[in-house]
Amino acid sequence: MSDDEFAQIEAVLGREPNDLELALYGVMWSEHCSYKSSRLHLRRLPTTGEHVLVGPGENAGVIDAGDGIAVAIRIESHNHPSAIEPYQGAATGVGGILRDVFTMGARPLAVMDPLFFGELSDARQRWLVEGVVSGISGYGNSVGVPTIGGELTFDECYSGNPLVNVLCVGALPTERLVLGIASGVGNLAVLLGSRTGRDGIGGVSVLASAGFSGEEGALDDAKRPSVQVGDPYEEKRLIEACLELLDRGYVLGIQDLGGAGLVCATSETAARGGVGMDVDVTAVPQREPGMVPYEIMTSESQERMLAIITPENLEAVREVCERWEVRATVVGHVVEPLIDDDGNEVGMLRIRDGFDGEVLAEVPARSLADEAPLYDRTRERPSSLDAVLDDDPSNEPVGSTNEDLLSLLVDPGWVYRQYDSQLFLNTVVGPGRDAALLRLAGPGLPVSTRGIALSTDSNPRWCALDPRLGTALTIYESVANLACVGATAKAVVNCLNFGNPEHPSVMWQLSEAIDGMADACSALGLPVIGGNVSLYNESGGVDIDPTPVVGLLGVLDHLVAPPPGWNWRAGDALVLVGVRRAVGERSFPLGGSRWATRRGRRGGRLSEIEVSTLRATIDFVVGEVAGICAGMASDVTAVHDVSGGGIAAALAEMVAVTSVGAQVAELDDFAELFSEFPGRFIVATGDLDAFATRAAAAGVPMVSLGTCGGERLVIGSTVDLSVDDIAATRRGALEAALSALS
Amino acid sequence: MTRIAVVVFPGSNCEYDALTGVESLGADAELVWHSTKDLSGFDGVILPGGFAHGDYLRPGALARFSPVMDAVARFAEDGGAVLGICNGFQVLTEAGLLPGALQKNAGLKFLCQPTTLTVTSTDSILTANATLGQELVIPINHFSGAYVCDDETLARLEGSGQIILRYVENPNGSRGNIAGLANERGNVVGLMPHPERAMSTLLGSADGRVLLESFVAPRVRA
Amino acid sequence: MNFLVVVEVTLRRGIADPEGATIERALPALGFSGVSNVQAGKSFRMNVEAENEDAALDKATALAERLLSNPVIEDAVARLAEVHAT
Repeated sequence: MSDDEFAQIEAVLGREPNDLELALYGVMWSEHCSYKSSRLHLRRLPTTGEHVLVGPGENAGVIDAGDGIAVAIRIESHNHPSAIEPYQGAATGVGGILRDVFTMGARPLAVMDPLFFGELSDARQRWLVEGVVSGISGYGNSVGVPTIGGELTFDECYSGNPLVNVLCVGALPTERLVLGIASGVGNLAVLLGSRTGRDGIGGVSVLASAGFSGEEGALDDAKRPSVQVGDPYEEKRLIEACLELLDRGYVLGIQDLGGAGLVCATSETAARGGVGMDVDVTAVPQREPGMVPYEIMTSESQERMLAIITPENLEAVREVCERWEVRATVVGHVVEPLIDDDGNEVGMLRIRDGFDGEVLAEVPARSLADEAPLYDRTRERPSSLDAVLDDDPSNEPVGSTNEDLLSLLVDPGWVYRQYDSQLFLNTVVGPGRDAALLRLAGPGLPVSTRGIALSTDSNPRWCALDPRLGTALTIYESVANLACVGATAKAVVNCLNFGNPEHPSVMWQLSEAIDGMADACSALGLPVIGGNVSLYNESGGVDIDPTPVVGLLGVLDHLVAPPPGWNWRAGDALVLVGVRRAVGERSFPLGGSRWATRRGRRGGRLSEIEVSTLRATIDFVVGEVAGICAGMASDVTAVHDVSGGGIAAALAEMVAVTSVGAQVAELDDFAELFSEFPGRFIVATGDLDAFATRAAAAGVPMVSLGTCGGERLVIGSTVDLSVDDIAATRRGALEAALSALS
Repeated sequence: MTRIAVVVFPGSNCEYDALTGVESLGADAELVWHSTKDLSGFDGVILPGGFAHGDYLRPGALARFSPVMDAVARFAEDGGAVLGICNGFQVLTEAGLLPGALQKNAGLKFLCQPTTLTVTSTDSILTANATLGQELVIPINHFSGAYVCDDETLARLEGSGQIILRYVENPNGSRGNIAGLANERGNVVGLMPHPERAMSTLLGSADGRVLLESFVAPRVRA
Repeated sequence: MNFLVVVEVTLRRGIADPEGATIERALPALGFSGVSNVQAGKSFRMNVEAENEDAALDKATALAERLLSNPVIEDAVARLAEVHAT
C-alpha cells in the first residue's frame, strides 16, 4: 500500500485505520480487485445496446436473447496461480467463472479456455500445458459444464507467465435474473458452501498484483501456499442449490466469493444496495483451527456464495441447502446506513466478534468496494517501436512454402478431447472450428429454437506491433468467426492480459488496446458488457506482449440444421469472399503473421481494412449460413474464415478435415497466401453461378479460386502437398511437441 | 406407456440428457433422487452418466451404497430393465450387479470423442432392436472406461453372449474391446458410451436411437 | 483406546497399472536408474477406537474391504502407525 493510499484511508475514516481495517483495504484496493490502473481507460468502451440487460460492473454481462431467455457471459483470468500450480490454478479458474455466471441466476451452459504458454521445447512449458488442460478437464467435466472451445497459443513471451483465461456462458428465464445487491434493513446475509480455510490468503495481493522474480524455484515456492484447491463436487451441489433457491424466489441478492473472499462479497453487495452490513466473523464455518478475523475475511476458499434473504425465508433456505448437502450459515445482517455530516447516507461494513460483539473494524462499504484510487499512470509509446515497425518481413527470402505451410498446422484435438464438449445435448458445432454453436436450451429454460455462438480470439503478435489497430482487427476476426456458423454478433467481453502497469510502455499498450476495441465495437454497434484486467504479467522485468482476449457472443434465430462447416466435396467450386486486398501500401501485409513469427521476424506494420465492405461481407455470410441452419437448401458446402496462417492455412485445414484436396490456380503470390488481415472467407459451393449472383446482389466482392477434389492441395506453383501429408502433420503436431524428450 | 426412472445421485450430470432421450421416444420418464427406496410402478431404471459423489474414492464406489441401490437390485431380480450409462455402468459393477470393473483409461487422459461400436449380441434390453454386426457411432466421455475382469470371467462372458457392444478401435484399453455388457438374463445392461448423446443428426449422430428404442420398448417381465 | 491405522490399497497382480508404468518410465530421464516395479496406490489414515490393536486392525480391514478397496481389482492391507492413549 502506498503512502498516498494510506492517507486517503485516514481521510475517509477520519482517523488511523486499525490493523484489520488496513488489511481489508490492502486486498480490496489491490490491482486485481480494484482495477486502479485500468478503470480510467475502461470508461472509453461502449457498453450500451438495446438487448443489454446487465452491463459491466456486475458479476456477469447479460443480454436478452429472445423467447424469454437471457444469456449471461463473463471471462476471467487465473494467470498467476496457474504458473505456480497449473492443475489447481486452472481448475479454480473454472470454478470462479462458473460462480460469476450462476450468481446472476443463469445455469452455466458452456466454458471456453484461451490459453497461452511458452514454446514446448521447454520441459516446464510441457508440464504447465499438461497441468492446465487436466485441471480444466477435471473441474469442468466433473462439475457438469461442457467446454466447447478456446485457443492455444505458444510464444516465448509467455514462458515465465502462462495465461489461463476462462469464459463461461449461461442462460436463464429472463425473470430469474438477480443482481448482487444487499437490501432491506434486517435482512440476512447467508454464507453458502465450503468451510473457510486459509486458501489464497493474500492471493489477490500476493499473486495477481505482483510479477514473478524469475529466479527458478525460490520466490515462487514461497508463493505456493497461496494457491486455492477446488472441489467440483461441492460446486455442482452449490449450483443446484442456488438455482433452486432462485427458482423458488427465496433470494433477493446473491454474490459469489472470489478474489478477496468475504470482505469483497459483503462490501460490494452493501455498496450496491446503499446499505450497511454487520458481519460476525465467529459465525463463519472454519476448516482450520485458530483463524484470525483478517484470515476469515480475506480467505479465498473456493465454492462459496453469499445470499441476501429475508428472515422469514431462512428455514426454507436451510431446507433446500440441506437436501443438496450445502452448508448455509447466517454471517451478516443488513443495517441502516449512517448519516454523515453533510446529510449523506453512508453504509458501513462492520466486522464484529459475535453479532452483538465488539466491533473489530468499521469502514464505509463503498469506500472499500468502489472508491479505490483511480490512477492515471504514465503512458509512453516505446521509442524502440519505430525500428520494429520498419523491419517489415516482406524482404524475408521465400524458401520452401510447402514446409512453411506444414509447420503452421496444429490440430488442437489433443486438448479438447479431454473436455466433455457435449453435456446438455446442445453442441451443434464444438471445439476445433471457427466458432462454437449451441442450441439455446437447458433444464428450466423456455422452449426455443434459437442458437448461440461463441468465439474467443486474440492476436498478441498484431497487438505488439500496433495495440490499437491490432485489437480492432481482433474484434473483426472474432465477428467473422461467428458469421461462419450463421450467428449475428451481439455482445463482447474482454480479458486484458498485460505486463507491469508501472512501465509506461505497458500503460500505453493498455490504453491503445482499449481504444482499438472501442473503435471496432463502435463501428459494428457492439456493446462491451463485461471484462477483466490482468496486470503484472512479467518475469525478470520482461513484460508479456499485450494480449487482449475477446469473447464474442452471437445469436442465431432458428437452429434446426447444422452449418456447413468445412465439409467441401470433390467437384465443388472454391471462392474467396470479401475484400481481396488490405488498405494502403501493403495489399498483403505479413507483419505480425504466424508465418513471419515462425521465421523469427517480429517486425512490420499492420494494414487497415475496409470496414464498410467487411460489414457487408459479414452480413452476407451470416445470411447464407443462417439460412442453412434454418433448414433451407443451399449450394454452399463449406465456410471458413481466413485468419492465422492466412489463406494457405485455411485451405490446408479444410483439406485435413475432409481428406479432399483442392486445386487453386488463381493465387500464386506467397504474401497473399500467408497474409492474415480479417474479413475474408473461403467458401465452397456446388453452384458457382448462383452463388456469384447472390454475392453480387449483396454488393460483396468475391473471386473464384479453383475447385475441390483430388489427393493434393495445389496452390499456383507455390504449394503442392498431398492430402495425407497435410492431415498427418496437422494431427500429430501437438502430441509430438508435448512428448519431446527434454 | 413405458415408465422410466432416471436415478439422480449427488454429482450425476447426465440425467436431463437421459430423460430427454427416452422422452423423445415416447416414454414417460421422471427423475428419482438417490434416497428413494421404492421403484415399483416403473418399467425401466436408468443410472445416468456424471460424477456421482464426485467420483471420490473410485467412480461409483460411494454411489453403490446409496439407499436406491437396494431397490435397483430388487428391481433387477424381479426382471425389470436396468440401464447403466458410463458412471451408471461403474455403479453397477461396484454394486456387483454386473461383473468386472472399470479402470482408468490406458492413455491416462479423459476422452470425449465419437467411437464406432459393433453390436455383438441382441440378447439384451439395450440391443434387442439392433442387428448383429450393426455398426453404431456413439460418443464416449470418460476418464475411467477401461473394462477389466479376470480370465475366467472373460471366458464366461464371451461364451454366454453377455458382451453386447465392442469397440471397433479400442480407445481406452478395455479388455476384449468391451464397450457394453449385460447380465446373464439380459435385463441389466451397462455401457460406457452415451446413447443419449447420439439421438440426433443435428448433434452429430442418431445411432443411439436403436439402443434406447430397445430399452423403452414395452415388454413382458421374465 | 485410539489407534492410528494406515490402510494401503494397491491394484491386484495382473490388473494393468498404466499410472505406475508411466511413472516408472519417467524416472530415468530424471536421473533415477535402477528403479523398477513401481505401483501406484492409495493410502488412507484414520483414528480407530477399539479394545486393542488386533481389534483395531480387524475393524480397519473390514472397512477397507467394504469401502476403501474394490476386491475385484484391489488389495487392501491395514497396519498400525502408532498408539494413542486416550
